[in-house]
Amino acid sequence: MASTHTVIVGNGIAGTSAARYLRKADSYARITLISGESEYFFARTALMYVYMGHMKWEHIQPYEPWFWKKNRIDLLQAWVESINYATKILHFSNGKTLTYDNLVLATGSKSAFFGWPGQDLTGVQGLFSYQDLQLLEANTPAPGITSHHCRKAVITGGGLIGVELAEMLLTRGVEVTMLVREGHFWGNIITANESEMIAEHLRSHGVKLMLNTELKEINGDEKDRVKSITCKNGEVIECQLVGITTGVKPNVEFLQNTDLELNRGILVNEHLETNIPNVYAAGDCAEIRDPRTGRRAVEPVWYTGRMMGEVLGLTLSGKRTAYLPGPWFNSAKFFDIEYQTYGEVRPISAPDHAHFFWRKPGTEKFITMTYHPETLVFQGINTYGIRLRHGYFDEALRKGLSAAEVAGRIEAANFDPEFYQQWPKSFKAAFAESTGIALKEFNTLQKLFKK
Amino acid sequence: MKRISYQYLGMTMFTIATLAFVSLSFWVKSEFTRSNLQNAIGANHGGLIPYITALPAMVPANAVPALSKTVEAYNKAIIDEKGISESLANDLINFARTNPGQYSEALLNKVLGADTRRKAIALDYTGWMMGNHWNSEEFEATLKSKIADVNSTIAEEFGVGKGSRDELISTVLTASAPGWIKSGWMALLIFGLAALGGLIYIIPDISRKPGIHHNGIYHNKMQTRQWPAWIVFAFLVGWYIVLYQFPAFLTNQVALLEPLSRGMSGGASGRWFLYGFMYCLAMLVLGIRMMIKYRGNAYQQVRTVSVLFFQIVFAFTLPQIMTRLQMPAYDLKNAWPLDYSFFFDYRITQMLEAGTLGLFLLVWGIILFAVGVPLLTYFYGKRWYCSWVCGCGGLAETVGDPYRHLSDKRLDAWKIERWLVHGVLGFAVIMTVLVLYTSITGEAELFGLNSYGVRSSYGFFIGFAFAGAVGTGFYPMMGSRVWCRFGCPLAAYLGFVQRFKSRFRITTNGGQCISCGNCSTYCEMGIDVRWYAQRGQNIVRSSCVGCGVCSAVCPRGVLKLENGSESGRINDNPILIGREGITLNL
Repeated sequence: MASTHTVIVGNGIAGTSAARYLRKADSYARITLISGESEYFFARTALMYVYMGHMKWEHIQPYEPWFWKKNRIDLLQAWVESINYATKILHFSNGKTLTYDNLVLATGSKSAFFGWPGQDLTGVQGLFSYQDLQLLEANTPAPGITSHHCRKAVITGGGLIGVELAEMLLTRGVEVTMLVREGHFWGNIITANESEMIAEHLRSHGVKLMLNTELKEINGDEKDRVKSITCKNGEVIECQLVGITTGVKPNVEFLQNTDLELNRGILVNEHLETNIPNVYAAGDCAEIRDPRTGRRAVEPVWYTGRMMGEVLGLTLSGKRTAYLPGPWFNSAKFFDIEYQTYGEVRPISAPDHAHFFWRKPGTEKFITMTYHPETLVFQGINTYGIRLRHGYFDEALRKGLSAAEVAGRIEAANFDPEFYQQWPKSFKAAFAESTGIALKEFNTLQKLFKK
Repeated sequence: MKRISYQYLGMTMFTIATLAFVSLSFWVKSEFTRSNLQNAIGANHGGLIPYITALPAMVPANAVPALSKTVEAYNKAIIDEKGISESLANDLINFARTNPGQYSEALLNKVLGADTRRKAIALDYTGWMMGNHWNSEEFEATLKSKIADVNSTIAEEFGVGKGSRDELISTVLTASAPGWIKSGWMALLIFGLAALGGLIYIIPDISRKPGIHHNGIYHNKMQTRQWPAWIVFAFLVGWYIVLYQFPAFLTNQVALLEPLSRGMSGGASGRWFLYGFMYCLAMLVLGIRMMIKYRGNAYQQVRTVSVLFFQIVFAFTLPQIMTRLQMPAYDLKNAWPLDYSFFFDYRITQMLEAGTLGLFLLVWGIILFAVGVPLLTYFYGKRWYCSWVCGCGGLAETVGDPYRHLSDKRLDAWKIERWLVHGVLGFAVIMTVLVLYTSITGEAELFGLNSYGVRSSYGFFIGFAFAGAVGTGFYPMMGSRVWCRFGCPLAAYLGFVQRFKSRFRITTNGGQCISCGNCSTYCEMGIDVRWYAQRGQNIVRSSCVGCGVCSAVCPRGVLKLENGSESGRINDNPILIGREGITLNL
């Protein structure tokens, strides 16, 4: 009997994880991993470092080229144009076809454009794919190479990709203005305190942050190249580049108008199965029909893609496995400030959600910890400029530990490098004083045992 | 990376200083005046001075062969005076041809007649041959070889022996360097200009915010093996070849430091003093660069201060003071087998002759590698040595830092690394066993291996070629740890302990890795850190020197260098936190 042929569309973290887990669980499966974007899997989150000169393109590819042969994962660089689910045949833009037994759709996201006048002008772009990176290189040539020179850029959208793009452009000497619709930077995700600190940090790096400002239209010159933008308040800002970072959306347009059930993304159940047999979806493009508490239907983050891919790999090997994500976690970096989050931290406190904000005096290190004001159960933590242990909070959230204990033993969560100034003492004192909660610390025996 | 205009001035100053330093080999002539030489040569070879002062002024490279000839001539004169001169030898041999088998004092009288002085010498050295019956051929051969023996003994004793010839020549050359070179002002000017230029280039970075400063590294020709890197590469390799193989070229450079050397050890400057001084200076200037680059990272700063301290105090200053106090000069932190000559007979003898202190040094050296190394590595990993104490490591962490990303991360490179580094460790052990065998038994050969041959090839291939020319010269091509990774026998030894019996590991932070590759790219040891981090596995690789840069450059706070309980340190089947269900060991 011929081995089952699993075809994975998209070689991002979800598709690649699926291929790897499938291979590990099933030595005989035939696996084809397809991408139009790049020959090899790469870390999308690291594209910025290639532009900034921290790494080269090959450095952000986690596996050497021999790896794919060794694991018998066939790579195919091509764009899928359409899929015939009845005959199980993929049609590529180059006219070729491929037959599958099982199909994984891991097509990721694409930048969301909202139909602004002028959004098709040269010099307007998002930042998501490798091609976007190449486009950015072309749009910001080094002075003197071409007659075009990018001196100023406007970035619209105050999210993580916007901050990355700002950091990238500043390393090339491009002045950056950021338009943020809300009154707070990333205000729908982080708290006002945090947002202000981050905004201050962005400004200190030279970002011109314009809050409560929205893009109205983009104006071009006679060569259809960006020359300025107009804000909704009428202000005109000169620029040679417009970065659209108002979010991403599942990359599913080419799948529309078929039997495949779509909403924002490809609808899947908790086994990542679509409505069509033998067709699965994972990663940014998947939309969970009934997400677990504390998780969203579409989660365009690296970690979700990886975990979905792992689960799917197992399912494809015959061990049907549900995708059961644990407590939420994520991370990012705003210029020099590292950010980690565990559990739930809503932007605004509520009767069932209390905030404790602490800042190490005189530094850009700060923490927000949340808990239930009545039960005092720990709910989540945002940490900036301080590294914390994932395992510590994952356990606390699973076990439903109290904030008194989580804060009281927080030194066990400290993941800062050695010789860093110790902060837990000051954090704990402030927590006890501000919240009135009696800390539950390690006793002497536990301290000794830990050494 | 945008540079400020005066940073180019700094670079220019450094370049001018370097060119001036190099040019000293080509245009500054040694002048062999009596007054220059008197002190340097001293009373032992006072007779040599008239021979040398007859030489014209020359650049050192030409002076070396000329001085060698001069020393030969001087030795010949000494032999003529104190040994069996050519004419006396001929007379004796002719005598033997005509009078076989009858070598006696009476017959000696006939040949030498009234020349009592020559007769006395002949009697002194060949008296033992009398009374035996010889045929003429045998007698002639014995006589000839005896004469050669006698003359070389005389030359060693009264003239300039083979062993001390090179040393004497370099002393003469240093002494003959012009006064303005030796005044100290030139050293201040050249080294001061270089250091100041370097600092002018480096210091403005203090105006940048603390954080990871890697912008533009892969756009920089100097850091990506393009033409400026090739110039540095050629310069560094050339420097090591000249330093080890053609030291006469460095006579004037050595002479620059004459006042400093006199001030520190009391003795004359030499090439290793020059090398040590420049090593410290380069580390200091680029150490300041590290301190600025890693503002905000205490681990990097403390570590940098530590390597600077151990290099400047332990490796450079203390041995000079020990020399001044007439003790054996010894770098207390340099452990066998990196210090491969530790068990060489001359060093053992030197230590044994130095009384209680010498004995202490001998015991210290043995305890250091036999107890200190494994014990400290158990508690802290090999980093306590490689990136906190070691001189080679110290150079890599300061001077080599701009090139750290050039190490090869491929799996194949790891395979080569393991064969090479453990091969060198084996070589060092075999060489040391042979050397000890020879010094104990007096036999040169063991299992068909000649201990002198093995020892000298180790010195050439490992000591000079690998550790020096390749180890440092290849910084701009293969990164800062070529020697430490592929060649250092001590690193191999420390690595065994670190891998199999240590509390040190790099912990990965749950499921937070995004596979970006900064850790692997900036690992100077070529470890593919990401491979482990993205699967949630602790890093316990034997080659890890614990520099902590993977942790520093990680944008998501995933890596932490830790010493802790051995249980759970090695997790071959790691679990990535984040979801429920099984995790496969990829």
